[in-house]
Amino acid sequence: MNWHAIRVIYKFEMLRTWNTLLQSIASPVISTSLYFVVFGAAIGSRIETVEGVPYGSFIVPGLLMLSLLTQSISNASFGIYFPKFTGTIYEILSAPLSFFEIVLGFVGAAATKSLIIGAIILATAGLFVELEIAHPFWMLTFLLLTCITFSLFGFIIGIWADNFEKLQLIPLLVITPLVFLGGSFYSISMLPPFWQKITLFNPVLYLISGFRWSFFEVADVSITLSISMILLFLAICLWIVWWMFKTGYKIRQ
Amino acid sequence: MQPIVSIADLCKTYSSGHQALKNISLDIQPGEILALLGPNGAGKTTLISTICGIVTPTSGTVTVDNHDIINDYRHTRQLIGLVPQELTLGAFEKVRNSLRFSRGLHGCAPDDDYIDQVLKDLSLWDKRDSMLMMLSGGMKRRVLIGKALSHQPTVLFLDEPTAGVDVELRKDMWRLVSKLRESGVTIILTTHYIEEAEEIADRVGVINNGELLLVEEKTELMQKLGRKQLTIELRKPITTIPESLDSYNLQLSDSGNNLIFHYDTRQDRTGITALMQAINHAGLALKDLHTSQSSLEDIFVDLVRADP
Ligand SMILES: Nc1ncnc2c1ncn2[C@@H]1O[C@H](COP(=O)(O)OP(=O)(O)OP(=O)(O)O)[C@@H](O)[C@H]1O
Ligand SMILES: [Mg+2]
Repeated sequence: MNWHAIRVIYKFEMLRTWNTLLQSIASPVISTSLYFVVFGAAIGSRIETVEGVPYGSFIVPGLLMLSLLTQSISNASFGIYFPKFTGTIYEILSAPLSFFEIVLGFVGAAATKSLIIGAIILATAGLFVELEIAHPFWMLTFLLLTCITFSLFGFIIGIWADNFEKLQLIPLLVITPLVFLGGSFYSISMLPPFWQKITLFNPVLYLISGFRWSFFEVADVSITLSISMILLFLAICLWIVWWMFKTGYKIRQ
Repeated sequence: MQPIVSIADLCKTYSSGHQALKNISLDIQPGEILALLGPNGAGKTTLISTICGIVTPTSGTVTVDNHDIINDYRHTRQLIGLVPQELTLGAFEKVRNSLRFSRGLHGCAPDDDYIDQVLKDLSLWDKRDSMLMMLSGGMKRRVLIGKALSHQPTVLFLDEPTAGVDVELRKDMWRLVSKLRESGVTIILTTHYIEEAEEIADRVGVINNGELLLVEEKTELMQKLGRKQLTIELRKPITTIPESLDSYNLQLSDSGNNLIFHYDTRQDRTGITALMQAINHAGLALKDLHTSQSSLEDIFVDLVRADP
């Protein structure tokens, strides 16, 4: 293992975050606060509780997931896309590095960044509503697995994308709708039966449901199913990355 | 001596279908400076990129220090430093950090003393904390060289190191190259400036259309292919060359004041003695004589022209 290389990639990716500190930290804080104002205060005054949980608290896990997913994907995809775009990737390609080490450096940094953002959002949320975490271990497990899985997914997008449009396409057109429709701001039991069935096809539902369970012990689907789903995503992403490595897909000519 | 880089039957066809390298075979000796010449699109960058691991070869093998570049890439890439043709650098990093990054990528433990020495050698010390995007083109070129040297490579590839560089920096670069060579580094450089190859290289390779047309010791090459030109200044200008001199293929220039004679140094008999006698017989009086040798540039142009 080329640990020095993993270290410098990780370090430089994190450094990039510090260079855009304001944007990296301020934007999740502001958007979370806005969600609380809009959903928590405006809607929360009409819907007092969902399945026994105050509405303001109920939306916290969904909000966190929304940020974690979008942040992980955008950080990781940008992190690898940018060197491709500027050409500086030549240095990584000509270094004594396996693809696995490249992934470890980039995905590790992106996941770390998402974790930090997650912690910031959680702290911000704590200012607005009372939060109790019923299963801290599972909460952290979900947090970690989500950050890693979606950073990997972002990395894949970053390699696949050959222009900025493609880079933004999936987060914008796929992830955001899935998160919104996956029960971030409501319990699917509030939907008509037909839409409940449809929603079960939304993979993000399983993440949010499991994550919410770790906070409040309320879930739309069973916790085992949630864990299995996230492990399945992780396995799929790992498999795609491995395949990209094997074929040199869009990396080496 | 064991070659440090050994290329055998290397071919590269890009996914576009373009065959950029055609059966290249070449051995590079440790410590030598090899200059690769060739017109735009000849395949120089492709060749270098393949050895460095940026482009995967279609067929053929390359070894560096007797290790295969594919199976033993960790070993070979550790030995190689690459200065790319394009000024590809990040934007917001600082100069010194970017050298540290390159060093780490190649698996070396941090060594700030060494990095600082490289920065000083390249006259980048004052700029060590500047952001990369604030640097001029020449400075960026230096940073790229610094990055390539950051892990003390034994084989250094310089892809057009002096493109768009002023005279001062070019001289600096040449000094740097000879300093590196003294420390035992093998250097492979591409260039469009023939005088550069002439100045610093031990051997010259000429690539055209993906084919390696020749690799020769520079001095041998110039001797072998070198055509010399003898200029004969006449005391009085003439309008036509006397018929008796027809067999020498002379040219008249400088409005009849000069006669020009081409001869080949490869031949035992250059014909100069006979020409002198013939000129004497024709009754022409000489004022002065001088010879000039064709440069690598002429050789290069001749070669590439002959290759369709
Ligand atoms: N990624 C690529 N895909 C397809 N064709 C390519 C690619 N890169 C280079 N080529 C083609 O391969 C040929 C050789 O290119 P290369 O860059 O190796 O030339 P070069 O000798 O370095 O030229 P120059 O002096 O202009 O730098 C060119 O015809 C070029 O168009
Ligand atoms: Mg080139």
